[in-house]
Amino acid sequence: MSIEEIGVRGKAPDRDVGLSWMSRHPMVALLLRRGGIGVVTLVIVSIIVFAATEVLPGNAAYAVLGHTATPVRLHAMEVQLHLNEGLLAQYWSWFSGLITGHLGNSLVNSQSVWSLVEPRLINSGVLVATSGVIGILAGVLLGAYAALRRDKWFDHISSVVLLAITSLPEFVVAITLIIVFATVVTHLLPAVSIYPPGTYAWNDPKLLVLPVVTLVIVIIPYIMRMMRGAMIEALESDYVQMARLEGIKSWKIVLIHALPNAIAPTIQVIGLTVLYLAGGIVIVEDVFNFPGVGQGLVSAVSNRDIPVIQFMVFILAALYVVVNIITDVIALLASPRRRLVR
Amino acid sequence: MVESQSIRLEVRDLQVSMNERSTDVVDEINFSVRAGEIFGLVGESGSGKTTLALALLGYTRRGLKISAGSIYLDGVDILGLGESELREIRGSRIAYVPQDPAAALNPTLRIGHQIRELFHAHPNAIDDINARTDEVLREVNLDPASGILRRYPHQLSGGQQQRVALAMAFACRASVIVLDEPTTGLDVSTQRHVLETVKSLCVTHGVAAVYVSHDLAVVGGLVSQVGVMYAGRLVEIGSTSGVFSTPRHPYSRGLLNAVPSADRSEILVGIPGQPPRPGYRPTGCSFAPRCSEVLDRCLTEDPSPTDVQGTLVRCHRVAEQAPCAISARRSRPDMHISDAMHRLEVRDLSSSYGSAKVLHNVSLDVRATACTAIVGESGSGKTTLARCIVGLHGSYTGTVRLDGVELSNTARKRNRQQLQEIQYIFQNPFTSLNPRKTIGQILSQPLEHFLRLTSKERTERIAKALDEVSLGGGISERFPDELSGGERQRVAIARAIIVEPKLLVCDEVTSALDVSVQAVIVELLRSLQEVRKLSMLFITHNLALVRSIAQDVVVLSGGKVIEAGDVEEVLERPQNPYTVRLMRDIPKLTPSSSTLPM
Repeated sequence: MSIEEIGVRGKAPDRDVGLSWMSRHPMVALLLRRGGIGVVTLVIVSIIVFAATEVLPGNAAYAVLGHTATPVRLHAMEVQLHLNEGLLAQYWSWFSGLITGHLGNSLVNSQSVWSLVEPRLINSGVLVATSGVIGILAGVLLGAYAALRRDKWFDHISSVVLLAITSLPEFVVAITLIIVFATVVTHLLPAVSIYPPGTYAWNDPKLLVLPVVTLVIVIIPYIMRMMRGAMIEALESDYVQMARLEGIKSWKIVLIHALPNAIAPTIQVIGLTVLYLAGGIVIVEDVFNFPGVGQGLVSAVSNRDIPVIQFMVFILAALYVVVNIITDVIALLASPRRRLVR
Repeated sequence: MVESQSIRLEVRDLQVSMNERSTDVVDEINFSVRAGEIFGLVGESGSGKTTLALALLGYTRRGLKISAGSIYLDGVDILGLGESELREIRGSRIAYVPQDPAAALNPTLRIGHQIRELFHAHPNAIDDINARTDEVLREVNLDPASGILRRYPHQLSGGQQQRVALAMAFACRASVIVLDEPTTGLDVSTQRHVLETVKSLCVTHGVAAVYVSHDLAVVGGLVSQVGVMYAGRLVEIGSTSGVFSTPRHPYSRGLLNAVPSADRSEILVGIPGQPPRPGYRPTGCSFAPRCSEVLDRCLTEDPSPTDVQGTLVRCHRVAEQAPCAISARRSRPDMHISDAMHRLEVRDLSSSYGSAKVLHNVSLDVRATACTAIVGESGSGKTTLARCIVGLHGSYTGTVRLDGVELSNTARKRNRQQLQEIQYIFQNPFTSLNPRKTIGQILSQPLEHFLRLTSKERTERIAKALDEVSLGGGISERFPDELSGGERQRVAIARAIIVEPKLLVCDEVTSALDVSVQAVIVELLRSLQEVRKLSMLFITHNLALVRSIAQDVVVLSGGKVIEAGDVEEVLERPQNPYTVRLMRDIPKLTPSSSTLPM
């Protein structure tokens, strides 16, 4: 047999030129497919949100007015909510408003929905981003470290602590932090995070600390456990053993060989964690009175402020869809085996 | 040739132990390798050969430690070196070629990165990294201009991956290279080329190599010295010609007997039983529980190595017995099979995966009570063909007839009796048995599905099937992961025969097993075929195996039948050049250098 037959078979150099294009190709396909599915999901979500808030619980106007419902006010409210129109027409007027940015006004104080929701979105965004970045970094690093120190004291202690934290609901963590840092034990930090109207979360970072710490504590265990497991698997792998046998330096083995391979499976968990954060803020914001989407949603629900509820729920659903797409793209980028066709 | 006489690697009294318990898993290892020479290290799985191979680089897996001995690399004891000195010599002075390059190459790094990283780790080894990269790739018959450096490991074929691993081992001009079963999973032709490459590189660069394998035939044409390893010790060390022509340890004889021959049709004789678990060496001679020539003394007294004409042997009977060669093998009895009845007829079968056509108008027959072997390399379509026949791959055209009745394309559409009559045995017994079910439950499943039996009848059937595959009844309470590979494959065979099928489809059923176990399994299948009057479709990449089991053979290449007929006829007088090449590339037991011309 000749060299041609047993060497790089039938793989002419020109295929490599094509390879860079090919490498993008599955990515484009994935983005298009996921984007398409995302749009469909959002349309379905909009229908469900609409149905849940306007159609299902009997008469929405009655729900809004509650005890103050007189026949005259009920009729006025029905007209305001377009309840006197057909279902499809009602949905369409809401959905088209959603797309064109005409979100309507709050039922409580007649301000536009957007002006009410916008600062809350920004505040919650700051909260989620800060705690997400800190929690993910800490989780990944602590998990990797625990794997490197496998069966040593750090690993044992951290796994017990993690188990304990996982069993605590976030409001318990939040209240414990308030007791320790803001009320009974010390008074280092404010117990509530009330911002004056017109200011944002970054105007007073001190108010951010306890909500962020609560969320960080809650999300670290999941990421850390996943990372520890994936890292142990990577460290036990043949390619890491091979790198050791090739005399590669230990820190290079950890950073270049093990870590990238361990992060790939962890990305899915990180994505789930970000999604969890989007829901977790509802409770944490409520506990700290933090002026974000979560707290806004709680007060909108108790005020029966339907246009605000609809928009916030829709925004949260959109976040789920977007985060899922981003997670998939990053996971694909992290794995050449899936990214590049053979 | 460089310094051909100097000893490059010398191992003295090496011992590897478990960390927690002080029991050793590898012990009393003594051998040396000269420049340009290859030392063969042979033994079954669990014999400690990989542990020893890694220990040669001063490395142990988690839970193990090197507890005694010395390893002299060009005269320097590497076990006396510190961690950073050890790191400097690993990869540059002593290198390792892994068993499974697909797992040993990092999937997230390009080939070029991995090679460059090796050079960067050893800055003093090579001056011109780019030139050396190109040179070493050419030495292993890879074309550096083909863009291979920009590829990720999964974009290469198995043979190419192994060549990359070889290139990396030779890249820094190491003195010693340790190869751990580097050709497992490769086709015979690719294996032959890899072996030739290893040999020529060792000779031209004066490298001393240690080559680990479970298959004596593979090392036969390659190595000058061979060490047979059992239960963590070397039970026989000698020149290859000495050990191959007059094996003095019963275990060496067992390993030699297990190698299938492409030249004669013989009954394969495996080694019964299995090696002790690492760290659980029995008292006395460790091989005694499996030895057919055991004395009382063997059970109590550990034999020490005895020198017999240059060969060191650990056996009490080495002095008394005349060295016997492996000529004692019996030839396989002829079976009288009528041509009249065809159990299975495949006609013009074509199939594709997506747009890739993998089978082109394949036709073949399995005669009643006979075995037809399908031989082909990976990618030849042989597994797809088997899957079409059993109804697991429905998208094919052509016909499959069982006893003259055409079968539907998919198993779902076949009736219960048709499903029962064809049983399939999978390649890998480590994944084909449900790990959460006991052996009894695994065997009971097909009975419940196909036959209406009382639970007493089922128990009897299970006991009988286990007996037929030489497994004790006590095994039915155990779980698959408590069993060895050979035992698991017997369970898989029992699961297939328990419903009394007419046709058994065996898809590479021995490729995941040691040669010594392979012989036992093949012989088991052969006797089942004879006793139960079974018809068999035996799929394999190993032409030599065909001779020991099949009456008819079909050679498959690129999805086409390129040669078919009587086994003796095809193997004695192959017509197609491809078959000729396959025959030539089979590793043969002859220890002469003629198998690998240098």
